[in-house]
Amino acid sequence: MSSADFLIFAGIVSFAILSLAFFLTILRIILGPTLPDRVIALDMLVYIGIGYIAVVVIYTGYFLYLDIAIALGLVGFLATVAFARFILHRGRASEQIKQMESEPEPEAKKKRKRKL
Amino acid sequence: MIIAFFQYIGGLLMLAGSIFCLLAAVGLLRLPDIYTRMHAASKAGTMGTGLLLTAIAIVSFDGAIILRAIAGFVFLLLTAPVAAHLLARAAFLTGHKPTELTIINELDSEKTKK
Repeated sequence: MSSADFLIFAGIVSFAILSLAFFLTILRIILGPTLPDRVIALDMLVYIGIGYIAVVVIYTGYFLYLDIAIALGLVGFLATVAFARFILHRGRASEQIKQMESEPEPEAKKKRKRKL
Repeated sequence: MIIAFFQYIGGLLMLAGSIFCLLAAVGLLRLPDIYTRMHAASKAGTMGTGLLLTAIAIVSFDGAIILRAIAGFVFLLLTAPVAAHLLARAAFLTGHKPTELTIINELDSEKTKK
């Protein structure tokens, strides 16, 4: 097997492995019990997307796609930071919400409504 | 000759990087709570993507491409821990509990009972 053939073979195998990783991450996004779980899975999805672009760069030889990978990394980082701020301000663990809803005290409910 | 050698190295790095990405995804699916999942995703994921970018740098014999690939890798290395830390902090402060298997939780007394 010559070196160029090996590079193409490695590209095809990498596509298959990355597709499997993509599938497992999407499974976590669907299953994820809480919002932070889904956000961290989305972050991972961005990393796998950058990996896909890197394999495409080597497989096709169009090195311009590398810029898109760097831009995608920037956007993914900003998206994760924005989601973290969102969780910090609005998100609440589902157990706590259930507790508050089951509590008969009107004060807790009022507090929650004010926040929402 | 030397080009063939670097192409073999690049192919091996590509395979290693995609396997790291797969391991990160498996960890994301199998680990019990948000903090351990973050541990898998942010470290193994960064490593896998970084290896794939390094493979580009090795396969291309062009200074500009090498510089951009390394810059992308460094950018990932700088931003991934920051994002993971922000997300872990947000999750902890909003009351997402660690799993029952956690042995030491030094912040447990005040912050989680908020």
